[in-house]
Amino acid sequence: MLTRLHERATVGEQVFTKLPQDGQASQQAVDARSGETGRSRQLPSAGRLARRVVGSSLLEALAAPHGVDRYVELVLPGFSLRDPRAEVVAVRYPTPNSLTLRLRPNELWHGFRAGQFVSLSVEIDGVRRTRCYSPALSEHARAELELTIRVHPEGLVSGYLRANARPGTVVELAQADGEFVLARTRPEHLLLISGGSGITPVMSMLRTLCDEGHDAPVTFLHFARREHEVAYSAELQELARSRPNVRLAFVYTRERTGGADRHLSRAQLRRVDRRYRQAEVYVCGPPGLIATTRALWASDGHPERVHSESFLPTRVVASPGEAHGCVRFAASRIELAGEAMTLLEHAEKAGLTPAYGCRMGICHTCTCRKLTGQVRNVNSGELSSCEQEDIQICSSVPVGDVELDL
Amino acid sequence: MTDTRPQLTPTQLQALGDELDALRQRVLEDLGERDVRYIRDLIKTQRALEVGGRGLLFFSVLPPAWLAGAAALSLSKILDNMEIGHNVMHGQYDWTGDSALSGREFEWDTACPAEQWRHSHNYLHHTFTNILGKDRDIGYGVIRMTEDEPWQPRWLGNPAYALLLALLFQYGVAMHDLEIERIGEAEPAWRSRRNLLSGIWSKVRAQTLKDYVLFPLLSGPQAPLVLGANASANLVRNVWAFTIIFCGHFPDGTFEFSEQETTEESRGEWYLRQMLGSANLTGSRLFHILSGNLSHQIEHHLYPDIPAHRYAEISKEVQEICDRYELPYNTGPLHSQFGSVVRKIFRLALPTPSPHARELGSAYDPDSATPSPEPADGLRRTTNQAVTAAAARTATAK
Repeated sequence: MLTRLHERATVGEQVFTKLPQDGQASQQAVDARSGETGRSRQLPSAGRLARRVVGSSLLEALAAPHGVDRYVELVLPGFSLRDPRAEVVAVRYPTPNSLTLRLRPNELWHGFRAGQFVSLSVEIDGVRRTRCYSPALSEHARAELELTIRVHPEGLVSGYLRANARPGTVVELAQADGEFVLARTRPEHLLLISGGSGITPVMSMLRTLCDEGHDAPVTFLHFARREHEVAYSAELQELARSRPNVRLAFVYTRERTGGADRHLSRAQLRRVDRRYRQAEVYVCGPPGLIATTRALWASDGHPERVHSESFLPTRVVASPGEAHGCVRFAASRIELAGEAMTLLEHAEKAGLTPAYGCRMGICHTCTCRKLTGQVRNVNSGELSSCEQEDIQICSSVPVGDVELDL
Repeated sequence: MTDTRPQLTPTQLQALGDELDALRQRVLEDLGERDVRYIRDLIKTQRALEVGGRGLLFFSVLPPAWLAGAAALSLSKILDNMEIGHNVMHGQYDWTGDSALSGREFEWDTACPAEQWRHSHNYLHHTFTNILGKDRDIGYGVIRMTEDEPWQPRWLGNPAYALLLALLFQYGVAMHDLEIERIGEAEPAWRSRRNLLSGIWSKVRAQTLKDYVLFPLLSGPQAPLVLGANASANLVRNVWAFTIIFCGHFPDGTFEFSEQETTEESRGEWYLRQMLGSANLTGSRLFHILSGNLSHQIEHHLYPDIPAHRYAEISKEVQEICDRYELPYNTGPLHSQFGSVVRKIFRLALPTPSPHARELGSAYDPDSATPSPEPADGLRRTTNQAVTAAAARTATAK
């Protein structure tokens, strides 16, 4: 499954820049622009050499049909020739309801571009659970990956990580994905807006720019409910102090200070950045913040300057069985209205011909990956809303919006 | 238990279906870390046997090392094919989301490509279990396993065909979807046969390369010994798998069904057919593991996608359900179940009276002296009973 995700992620991916880990910021910036991989200049590390030996075709033939991975991983869980995985090297708890994981990915990990997200999987009571998180480190910090995760009171994965993540824990990764990325030619004037945990991708953008020695104006505007909930507060203030081109503003929406200015407005924007209209805007946060930003720039005649990412929850229909949502077949780029019939029937109605067998939920021929959304199993009546989950489409009906990898 | 197929009323069928659904749901809700730990431990054991066995065979000039190596490799292949491969490929661990345990991605160490197996076994055999003309597991197209297959002189070779199939079982399984007995019939299926063949060829080539070329060559002058050990391991696995699998649906007391009576089955009827068409084996925990828990064939056919190590736990409850509905729960030790299969293979080598004729006068039973509690001709009334039952059901429905 991960390999499939991996393929999809790399299709749209351009050449990633592999930088020397001790490289200087300016040199990195040059490399980044020239698109040179830099990989050839590196001597093969011991790990890479071992990988070459273990990955040889002779060993692969001797280990058929399972492959070398399936033997080695029994001894070294972090090792894989096929799947990107990472080992936790440090865990911090920056605010009462968040944790920061520092991860060391294996060499199959391709890195990310500032703003992208990463799917991380852990196993909880025997079941692999996957969630998407945005790395907060600079995209040039290739050897490590840092994820700040907000712990929801009922969040399965975030709660599990908070209780169980320790140095040495191994997690599975999928290659970075997402369209919310800094333009390769860094914009001359930038405005980074974030709300709540939406801070991570824009933090990554800011750190990336600082690493590159970017000296054009960057304004960082962050909305949090309360002052103590701001992650990276000290680092942001330090950056704003040491770099004349970086301007910083926090807005606390649940505190008395700030008056009427608790939500995004023109007056507020003017206060933090007089020439905000000229800026290229990257905004990440709740849907309301994004809508407001888009509306402001649209009325100014520059909607194309806004780049956004929202953590939109899937729409769920209250009464199961009534599928008023939308069924989307992602790989075929087909979408149709959900009805009270199985997903296999939806696919066939859409003109697709997915594999199937018994059509009664026993043979698993029709098993297919559900990317997002909630389904009800017609045999058990059970509802399931996990992301990235294999389901039998012959015996699942959609409940609300559902997206399938088909 | 009688040799007449038990019948249930529509109300009973509905209740039976509900009860078995509820049992299934209870197990599904309980799945978790215990199941994952079980299968991973088993995979570790199998991989250790594989590596250990191959390693020992590098010292195969020493007879004990040869013997231990061949034994470890045989066990590895048996575990890989049965408790791991067969069960993982059923999707029994799909709920874990682990790609190493994914039914769609797993590949096993045998000649049959996983993808073809999933079609011929998971879909055809498990959906149409024991339906004559649809379930190709009935005799694998090369053995006469039922009176309903009209006798021809070629069936005189029945025992020989069975022996050959047992020795070459992995290839027999691989040929399953090819329907070789139908080659020669005019049909335009050659293109799809070619695809099937190329899939089989690449599996056979990989296994041959590994077992009969690379490992022997790597062991230098001991090559013939290593080759012999690897061939033995494949042979042991073949014979073992054949023995277990033929005990699943052919011992005395299992029933077969016709296409016409199964066209509009309810869930309850489907469950009933699975119970009546399958037979269990009794034995120790190790025996159950080595049989891939196919020794719990009845539970497996009721719930093909529930982790197989759970079958033993639910078998008491399934037996209790069978008792209450006065349904047979066909079980026995390996020697008696397999003995009755062997006797059937021999008996059906010779012309048998048509099912109808036997029904009228079957005072003579060549097997009546054997200790088997079941009449040896458990299958013979299938067709007649089937038609009557179907008619009766239609009548009740109206």
